[in-house]
Amino acid sequence: MSTQASRVAARAMLSPTVLLLLIWMIVPLVLTLWFSFQRYNLLYPDRSGFIGLSNYLNFVSAPAFWGAIINTFLLVGGVLLVTVVGGIGIALLIDQPIWGQGIVRILVISPFFIMPPVAALVWKNMFFNPTNGLFAEAFKLIELRPFDFLGQAPLGSIIMIVSWEWLPFATLILLTALQSLSSEQLEAAEMDGAPPVKRFWFIMLPHLARAITVVILIETIFLLGIFGEILVTTNGGPGTSSTTLTYLVYKEALLDFDAGTAAAGGVVAVILANIVAVFLMRAVGRNLDA
Amino acid sequence: MGQITLSGVAKRFGEAQVIPPLDLEIQDGEFVVFVGPSGCGKSTLLRLIAGLEDTTGGRIIIDGRDATGVSPAQRGLAMVFQSYALYPHMSVRSNIAFPLRMAGLPKAEQDRKVEAAAKVLNLTSYLDRRPGQLSGGQRQRVAIGRAIVREPSAFLFDEPLSNLDAALRVGMRMEISELHEKLRTTMIYVTHDQVEAMTMADKIVVLNAGRIEQVGSPLDLYRSPRNIFVAGFIGSPKMNLISGPEAQRFGAHTIGIRPEHISVHPTMGEWRGIVGVSEHLGSDTFFHVQETGLGAALTVRAGGEVSLHHGDTVFLTPEPDKIHRFDQSGLRL
Repeated sequence: MSTQASRVAARAMLSPTVLLLLIWMIVPLVLTLWFSFQRYNLLYPDRSGFIGLSNYLNFVSAPAFWGAIINTFLLVGGVLLVTVVGGIGIALLIDQPIWGQGIVRILVISPFFIMPPVAALVWKNMFFNPTNGLFAEAFKLIELRPFDFLGQAPLGSIIMIVSWEWLPFATLILLTALQSLSSEQLEAAEMDGAPPVKRFWFIMLPHLARAITVVILIETIFLLGIFGEILVTTNGGPGTSSTTLTYLVYKEALLDFDAGTAAAGGVVAVILANIVAVFLMRAVGRNLDA
Repeated sequence: MGQITLSGVAKRFGEAQVIPPLDLEIQDGEFVVFVGPSGCGKSTLLRLIAGLEDTTGGRIIIDGRDATGVSPAQRGLAMVFQSYALYPHMSVRSNIAFPLRMAGLPKAEQDRKVEAAAKVLNLTSYLDRRPGQLSGGQRQRVAIGRAIVREPSAFLFDEPLSNLDAALRVGMRMEISELHEKLRTTMIYVTHDQVEAMTMADKIVVLNAGRIEQVGSPLDLYRSPRNIFVAGFIGSPKMNLISGPEAQRFGAHTIGIRPEHISVHPTMGEWRGIVGVSEHLGSDTFFHVQETGLGAALTVRAGGEVSLHHGDTVFLTPEPDKIHRFDQSGLRL
């Protein structure tokens, strides 16, 4: 790729793909922007036309809006916390030489292969159900009153489900990072008088910094859009206590049939995601520099 | 203090006996080199002393205290690893200060000791860099710095120079020897390079398949190797070993003669041969002489100015009092 001719050829060959991706991205975005400035309610098809920022004001002033933003951050933050901390723990455990290591590793990774609504339904019916779920049985066994997870702690329960789904991803990335740590460094630290906890804190954790950054960045992208788990478990409730921004957009579009406000909500979500991305890259992105 | 005694120390990994029980005495202040071919167990022996491996038998006594079951940190030893094992995310200063920090020394004390160590090792201007920004030799010095701040009773070096280029290696060899002169602390040094062993050691321990073949000063080993293995391992180029009728003439199963103890003459001498490859080093020339009728090609050292060519006929004469004689089992007679 050094001569003038080869560079021109490369650009020519790449351009159809770049163009296709551009259209793929631009068209929905422009359409959404367009709808967000239109009066567009499916129940009143006759009322249409440009209405300026009304849709945005409508969306932002909805009673559930600020709650949804807080819920979104709680969900993303909670899942990140659980998966990073838990992922490091599990990675440390399955990095130890144990009998049946291969099978254990496959078992640990398996939740990642289950599609989100299925995972959520399994949790809802098998574990969380307050009358015949496994947790309820366990509570009864130690003579406690069963706890209605989805009713009493809806967001916490969803964080638990989503964390379960994303733990394998974090574990896998952190395990490979852990395995790339040279054993001589750990031995040197051992000779230098560092007990296991300090070896973890001063040697292993800094070594894992880059992998943790990757986990945080990738998970954030996917977690901002969590929807299926909420839909099949709590439907955003009780009330709006587990409504996130994504779910609020869904509610505007498909429960209230207000496509214009939903489009405005979508744009708000995109802006918010970009703010989060910039913030994250500033906070942890420098770990990616070699 | 740094007196280390190994008595009956053994190590096995599962079925494989890596080190059969061995005894060794290391005096305070000595520079001891473990040397042997790769896989001879020298690194394992060092790791046993360090406490990074558990012994399967025997006792390790450091300064009169049984240290067999003691953790590595409690043995008062410091180790320099082959890969240097510096902590990449810490500055040179933090790297060197790490053992002091772990020991809970006050910050001012740490700084003072780090500065002192940096001065000894010429690292003062690099203290705020990361290991990744240093050259191989500088990293090596940081690793040594991290070892000396602890003021250990003995230093353990695990092939510390094998990642350096040849010129740097010679320099570091002298620096380490100089450091030993300065600190007068016991040093145990593992290498596969017999030149390093010969140049640095007070005492060389030659290991082969986990067994100690011979212990002695460099010149002891050079002058009177106890068996054929040591004879072949110590000295560069290798000693010429001749067996068969010529050896029987000297009343031995095998005789050995070093390249530097054979004289070359164009017309007269004891053995006749044809010059093969010659290696001109400037100061010396090594000839590989073939078709001597002795069963093996001989390596001969001559002066740098001797000019012989491939295919020339030469006559070789060994110095009679420099001939080493070995019996059937390879032991010195």
